Amino acid sequence: MSKIVKNKRSLSSRLGGLLFVLPSIIVVLIFVYGLILWSVNVSLTNQNSGTKKAIEYVGLKNYTDLMVDERFTHSLSNLIKFTVVFILGALITGFIMSLLLEKGIKGEGFFRSFYLYPMAISFIAMGTVFNWLLNSARDEDAGGLNLALQKIGLGFLQNDWYVSERGAMYAMALPAIWQMSGYVLALFLAGFRGIPDDMREAARVDGASESQIYRHVLFPQLTPTLLTILIILGHISMKAFDLIIGINGKSYVTQVVAVYMWEATFDKRDYAKGTSIAIVLLIMIAVVVVPYLRYNNKQQAYR
Amino acid sequence: MRRSSFRLVAAAAAIALAVTGCSSSGDDAANQDSEFEIFTWWASGGEAAGLQGMIDVYEAQNPDTEFINAAVAGGAGVNAKAVLQSRLDANEPPDSFQAHAGMELDGYVRGGQLEDLTSLYASEGWDEIFPADLIKAITVDGKIYSVPVNIHRANVLWWNPAAATKAGITKAPETLDEFFADLEKFKKSGIPGLALAGKGDWAIAHLLDWMLLATMGADKFEGLYNGSTSWTGPEVAAGIKNFQRALSYGNKGAGNLDWPDAGKLVTDGKAGFFIMGDWASAQWQSDGLSLGTDYTYAAAPGTVGTYQWLSDSFTLPVGAPHRNAAIAWLKVCGSKDGQDAFNPKKGSISARTDSDLSLYDDYLKSAASDWKQDRLVGSTVHGATGNNALMAAYNAAVGKYFSGGFKDNAGLAKDLAGAYEAGKA
Repeated sequence: MSKIVKNKRSLSSRLGGLLFVLPSIIVVLIFVYGLILWSVNVSLTNQNSGTKKAIEYVGLKNYTDLMVDERFTHSLSNLIKFTVVFILGALITGFIMSLLLEKGIKGEGFFRSFYLYPMAISFIAMGTVFNWLLNSARDEDAGGLNLALQKIGLGFLQNDWYVSERGAMYAMALPAIWQMSGYVLALFLAGFRGIPDDMREAARVDGASESQIYRHVLFPQLTPTLLTILIILGHISMKAFDLIIGINGKSYVTQVVAVYMWEATFDKRDYAKGTSIAIVLLIMIAVVVVPYLRYNNKQQAYR
Repeated sequence: MRRSSFRLVAAAAAIALAVTGCSSSGDDAANQDSEFEIFTWWASGGEAAGLQGMIDVYEAQNPDTEFINAAVAGGAGVNAKAVLQSRLDANEPPDSFQAHAGMELDGYVRGGQLEDLTSLYASEGWDEIFPADLIKAITVDGKIYSVPVNIHRANVLWWNPAAATKAGITKAPETLDEFFADLEKFKKSGIPGLALAGKGDWAIAHLLDWMLLATMGADKFEGLYNGSTSWTGPEVAAGIKNFQRALSYGNKGAGNLDWPDAGKLVTDGKAGFFIMGDWASAQWQSDGLSLGTDYTYAAAPGTVGTYQWLSDSFTLPVGAPHRNAAIAWLKVCGSKDGQDAFNPKKGSISARTDSDLSLYDDYLKSAASDWKQDRLVGSTVHGATGNNALMAAYNAAVGKYFSGGFKDNAGLAKDLAGAYEAGKA
């Protein structure tokens, strides 16, 4: 008897719980998944408000066109360059900073928020500032970073930054690294803190040196943290738009996929092309994120 | 539901009124709308002041209509265009919106989103008072879809008189040969001959647009946009070669600069010439500089006697909720009072040939006299001869060429040909 009552209660509480999340489920279904499907649908047509045409289904034509579109491959290669430099840069600087803070130095809280602060700045505001800092004028006309390099005697390092033909995207990654490395620091620090002190002590008792402790005890346990960071930075990087626009507008030299998508959709009003670019971008991000989510779910099931 | 049925009634009433309005050509009586919403991105500076001047004229004539400026309420600039577009595609158009006259409207026209305003041109006498070249350029298949409120000139050469004297330049170059000789003189005097602004690619594209016109002349240039001149032919190749040569006299670090930064190089005496539209003059005057001492002008070399124009205009979207108010607005836009209220503040000339020149400054007076007698040719990068798809591809082609160190002439010609095709598609 009592068992039935208990079951009923749990059923009704489950129902209640479902009722509470239902609105957000519905909203997400419509505005995320519904609109993804909508976009997929548009990307299979020739819908283009810039030219009068009856809307017809054209299959995968938009996608095959993209593969041979020099502008698209250019923006894709720009995006890849940006992503690689940005992720490596943020990872390395963030990791080094976390190593320095990990021992629990004085004023750690201060440094943590100090380095985390850049994250509070919007990409677009930061873009405007870095637009000035990364000025390409040199020598007597120099300003920003080039001037700073001269002042500290490193004038030979003066650079064209984001207007150089080859290095533009690497320069573009600088502000992104500057902004996100504090976040990487915080994640790694949390990773370090998650490792019980007994382990270090046990290693010390076993006669391991400090560097051996890091290499064989601590680092292996940071793998999940590393994975998390890669995923987070990876999807931020692939969606890069506001930073690029803030620094260099829609200029060809630093155009990335999201900017090209914007141009196709809002300048040319070629919705079919715009949505097909968006779907390619979505797939690229999904390739990165979905395995991680599955891995994460498995981990949680173990607990 | 209520809203849409109200709209239906309003539309029916509007059509009825418009029909009677047109036949009797009575103006003010037709407008009984209580509201009127326009979409512009003139939100600051001389543009906003000029727009306000035109709004004042409108409100004096239509005291019962409340004027709503949607761009200011909704955030100006590029975003405004995206918002406008989504409203048009959702059949929720504003009553009138701003766009460059000419091919920039192409997409809206092909999409059937704009009303034909040809009858307004006849009833208001605009077909007589606007120059015939302009009417021809904005007519698509015998129909006109917008009312130009101003004319800017794209092919203007600007320089600093003191810097020119120092370099030994005594008169404005009229031909490309003289231009290149003067660039060399500037270079010898220790400053770059030409101020360039690479940010966003369009200001460099603006330079190419002029250079093509200067190299091949107005007829061949117009041929580029009607298919009679080939983009991969010798004329364009020669134009690009001149372009390449001019770029080599450019300032360093041009990629970081927006056009006002490049303009400042010229007014500060740190660069020689500047090829830019005449909005530069308005900008400099608002910076407190004076024409004649801080900067001066001439028709860009190789294009003396040719007026490369661009024009802001207002339209009537299909399904505009307050159609009568919109027509009243368009009448103000095309009127002498409206244009003379707007243009002196905006720093442009009236599209009409009968404007009151005493209201304009010296540069604009000379532009207005050229406007009446010069051969008129539309600007590519400002929407007169190229539609949005063409402009986007054109700018990208030039951006690619410029950021690649301006070496690949054949590649640029090929990309430009591609841009022209993109515009036709």
